[in-house]
This record gives sequence, structure tokens and C-alpha cells, in this order.
Amino acid sequence: MLRSFSRLPASVVFRTRATANARTVAVAAQRRHASFYNTDVAGLTEEQAEFRNAVHEFAEKEIAPRASEIDRTNTFPMDLWEKFGDMGLLGITVKPEYGGLELGYFNHTLAMEELSRASGSVALSYGAHSNLCVNQIHRWGTPAQKAKYLPDLVAGRKVGSLAMSEPGSGSDVVSMTLRAARADGGYRLTGNKFWITNGPVASTLVVYAKTEPEKGSKGITAFIIEKGWEGFSTHQKLDKFGMRGSDTCELVFEDCFVPEENVLGPVNGGAKVLMSGLDLERLVLSGGPLGLMQAAFDYAVEYVHQRKQFGKPIGEFQLMQGKLADMYTKLNASRAYVYAVAKACDQGKVSRRDCAGAILYSSDRAVEVTMEAMQSLGGNGYINEYPTGRFLRDARLYTVGAGTQEIRRMLIGREFNEEFKRQAA
Amino acid sequence: MRPSAVRLLNILVPVKRTVDYAVKIRVNPDQKGVDLNVKHSMNPFDEIAVEEAVRLRERLKDEVKSIKVVTIGPTKAAETLRTALAMGADSGIHVEVPDSAPPPEPLGIAKALRAVIQREKEGVDLVILGKQAIDDDASQTGQMLAGLLDWAQATFASKVDVDPKAKTANVTREIDGGLEELKCQLPLVVTTDLRLNEPRYASLPNIMKAKKKPIEKLTPADLKIDLTPLLETVKVTEPPKRKGGGKVESVDELIAKLKEAGITPVKS
Repeated sequence: MLRSFSRLPASVVFRTRATANARTVAVAAQRRHASFYNTDVAGLTEEQAEFRNAVHEFAEKEIAPRASEIDRTNTFPMDLWEKFGDMGLLGITVKPEYGGLELGYFNHTLAMEELSRASGSVALSYGAHSNLCVNQIHRWGTPAQKAKYLPDLVAGRKVGSLAMSEPGSGSDVVSMTLRAARADGGYRLTGNKFWITNGPVASTLVVYAKTEPEKGSKGITAFIIEKGWEGFSTHQKLDKFGMRGSDTCELVFEDCFVPEENVLGPVNGGAKVLMSGLDLERLVLSGGPLGLMQAAFDYAVEYVHQRKQFGKPIGEFQLMQGKLADMYTKLNASRAYVYAVAKACDQGKVSRRDCAGAILYSSDRAVEVTMEAMQSLGGNGYINEYPTGRFLRDARLYTVGAGTQEIRRMLIGREFNEEFKRQAA
Repeated sequence: MRPSAVRLLNILVPVKRTVDYAVKIRVNPDQKGVDLNVKHSMNPFDEIAVEEAVRLRERLKDEVKSIKVVTIGPTKAAETLRTALAMGADSGIHVEVPDSAPPPEPLGIAKALRAVIQREKEGVDLVILGKQAIDDDASQTGQMLAGLLDWAQATFASKVDVDPKAKTANVTREIDGGLEELKCQLPLVVTTDLRLNEPRYASLPNIMKAKKKPIEKLTPADLKIDLTPLLETVKVTEPPKRKGGGKVESVDELIAKLKEAGITPVKS
């Protein structure tokens, strides 16, 4: 027909049927439907549907064609940051005076979903920048801090990051040992952070440190750190199983001076900044598993109707029909929960157990769905030229990123324990 | 200071909401049409038209006074106007036809567009449309419109340069033999071809701004036109499945097979 090939989805692989003795490679050509996202069941308003469509167009043009290469080379395309900025994607929850769109968490989750559909790793870096860093500065920053850091971050001129985890403090994040010792005019930071998304390239980082180690959780303070400060450096990029292209590394602080005005939120009140930030992080990042499931399903359903064995498309065999049904229902059930929690957050009702629940549920389903999608491709699923392997590897991050499944489960259970303790008291 | 005698350009871009280009078309069982329960979007050639208008403004700046987009279609057609507004158009006109009405034909659309143009107080200097819609592939509306208005037309444009002061435009057209360059007088109808430009996607800030841009609603009665089709679709079928070809061993065999198929040589 027309239109350049850059608008074709990246997951399309063109092959010709090989001869009998060569490996036969199946074809997934033009799609019957652009996607099986059920807009009626998703319950989007016209505006939300338009928003989602716009992000989808952007992702299809700018990200999807490069997704496979980004994964293969483990390299994030740096030109994307300003493109994100121009598109308006980096300040979705930010007030217009800093260049943002002042839309809500639901829209941010939608954006995360559509970007993940194109590339899980690009979306993860996007999420770390736009929610973990930007949203935290937006929520807790002083007017001066917001004016100084947000415009560049929202425009994509600078990259943002957030660091709480350490080599010795993962699930037990409050046990962190990065020390922030009082100094003249500010603090001096000494210690390490680990598994930090965007760490290698970030110019602006939200970092949590112990201002008063003896006080445990009541001795944590959040700081805004700038790349290039003396005493702050990064170790090499981590080589990861999935989310390849989302640059991750260790941060090293050696007596790094942070001025007084870069304290984010209350001194020794960092635990609240951290924990409340985690709720919203879990919600928005839940868009990741949704997008990956949608990409996996769309690919697999197309494949099983093209691939013929025993004289008919394999999608018509009962076991394969079963797989389609399971993938589809898990995807839609996850989406329904995530969207509901997102809408509640936009109403101001942020529920810790449901934010954790949203990512707990959707990430487990995403691993199952992407695994099943890969299985649906049979032997071809095992070949890296097909995207299903990447979907699974990327999905696997969400059971450990933003808290592990075990912590999420513990947290939700504990919330109910607290509820009953209060009632009994 | 003498005021400039130059008239500023008013550009009109008609757009159509069609089945999305990526969707695989399926003929309905009744063979009267295709399955329309699929994703729709702006006709890709019309996206190119909107983009060209926006680029003209970027090049000519204040010499472009207005970019208006117009669509003739059911309620949902307004979505395409919103997309065009988000790409950079200033305002829209929606000539609304009932959802149950049969889709208008090119001649009806051309008459509607003529009526829209004639009621524009500021006038229209340049109409840019897609060369054809990807649903009917008619490639008639632009040409008919130029005929009805008695305006110059430059179709299948791959390059457009407008000189508002001289009130002319140089248009490069894609034709079978190659490229043809026309110098045209305004007012002018241009239809876009694929290589004219690559349309921008609307950014989120622009989409939000577009919500505040005005859309005027009209009915065919307001324009005093009748959109009843003059043609009746008798049957819609898929193209016949391609039969395999055959390999020939020599040029003589090729000529023999061509003669068999009834193809005779052209006498030059």
C-alpha cells in the first residue's frame, strides 16, 4: 500500500518459506488488527483513548523499530530523551509552570503501558526518570528546587534517576548504610547504591541516605545529587538478563559534598518520602507488565493463525485455543485491577496495599503470559530473532524491581494485621 | 507606511476518516461492503496534506493567515479534525452526516467543499487534499473540486512552493514518465502524493492545546447540498487469489506465451 516501513511494528519479521531441508521459518506479516487491546473493556474516556493513541503512534514510530537492536546491543538510544521531552511524556504529572501536562497517574500508567509495548527496557528507563525522579522532586521539592531541576528533566535535556537500594540493603531498604554526615553548609555522603536504573547517564539523582544511623527508619533523608560533583562516581553498566538497554549501575559516594539546599523533603523524614514514593512507583510501573503482556499476546495470536501444521493453523487446536484464552484473560484481569487502582490514586485515594497489589498481580501474570507466548511459537520462540524471548526477559524484572514479590506479599498481609490490631486495641 | 497589497494565504485542508492502513481488510458476508468494526484513523494522504500546510506556515510564517481543516462524515469523523488541530491547524469545520447515511461520494464531497469555500468570508487561496482515500482509492475529489470551482489544479504533488506575493505556486508532480513541474496561479487545488513529506505525530502538549481550538458544526442542509449517492454498490469481493506463474526456457517461448495470452506487440 503506502507509508514507509518505519511505521510497521518492529515485531514483524519477513521471511520466505525455505526448502524442505532448511529450517522453515514462519511469517507474521500485516496484522488483521493493529492490536487486541479491548478499548471497550478498558473503559477509557475519549480523552484517555486519544492520549493512549498518541503515545502509541510515538512508540510505533520512534521506539518499536529499534527495540530489538536496543536489547541486542544493551544500549539506550540517548536521542530518545529529548524526543520524549518534545512529546510531553516526561512531565505527565507535573504542573505546567515546569513544562508538565498536569494529568494524573492514570495517564502516566497508560503512557508506561504503551511504551512498554514497544520496548520494555526503554519504558523502564522512562519510568525511572519520569516517575521515580521527576515525580518525587515535584511532590517534595521546594519551589527553588523544582524551578532548578524540573524544566530540564521535563524537556529531556537532563536524565533523572533515583537511588535507594544498596548492595547490602535491598528488601530491607531501611537498613541502608549510605552515610550523610553533617558538614559545614551541608552534608558529606559516603557509601554505595546498587541496581540504579539510569545510573550511568543521569544528571539529577534523588538519593536516600542515613543522616542519623542510630535512629533507623527515622534517620533517613532524601537528597538531590548532581552528576559531576566531587566524590560521586558510577561503576560500570550492569550486564542484565532482561531490560537490556535500560542502563543500570552501582553509584559510589566518597565524601561527596551535598549543599544544605539540596535536601529533599524533611531532614530525617526521608522514610516517608521513600515509602509514599514507592506506592506511586509501583502503580505507574504496573503499566510495564501490561504493555509487555499486550505485545506478547498480539504477537502470539497472529503467529498461531499463520503457522500451519497438520493442514491447519495451529491456533485452531484446542490446547492452543486454551493458551490464547489464558493469556487474554490474565492480561485483561491485570489491566482492570491496575486501571482501577490508578483511577483511585487520581481521586486522592492512594492505597498502599492496592498499589503493591497492582504490581504484584500484574507482574506475576506478565511472566506467565510472556512465557506462554514464547511457548506458542514452539521452536521459533527459542530463537532470538523473534521478540517473545525479549518480552519474557523484560517481564521478569517486575517481580523484583520496585520491591520483590515476597516483600509485596508481606506488606499486604501486614496491612491487614495492622487493621485488626487497631480494631482490637 | 503603505499597507502590503499581498493577500495573506488562507489554506483549507479537507480530511477523511478511513479504516486504518495497518488493518487487514475483510469483506462482509453479504458482499456489500467491508468489515468497518476495526480501527479507523485519518487517511494517510490527508495527514500528508495537513503536514504540508503546517510546513508552509513554518516556511512562510505570517504570510499564512489561517489553516482550516474540514471533514464531511458521521460524528466520529470529528476525531480526525482533532488530530489535524493537534498537528497545527487553527480551526475545524465538521459537516455532520447521520451515522446511518451511506458514505458520501467524491462528487458529493466536492460539491460540499465548494459550498464550504464559498461561504468562507476571508476566502480560500489554497486547498490541499490527499490524492485519494485509501478506502475507495477514487482519486477524484481534488480534480472535481477544481473543476467545480474553475480553479487551477496540481495533482500528485511531491513538492509545493508557494509565493503569496506573486500569488503563484510551483508544484512538482509525479507522473508516469517522471516528474513534471507546473507553475500555477492561486487560487489552487493541490493533491498530495506519498513523497511530499513525512507527517509529524501530534505531541501530547499539542493534543491538549487542540481541545481549545474551535470546531464549527454544519449540516449538508446548511450548505444547501445533497449527499445522496448517485452510484449503487452492487457487489464487493476480494481480488481473485493469485495463480502461480510458470517459468519459460527461452525468449521464443516467452513470446509464444504472450501471444497465447492475447498480448500483441505495439507498432511504433
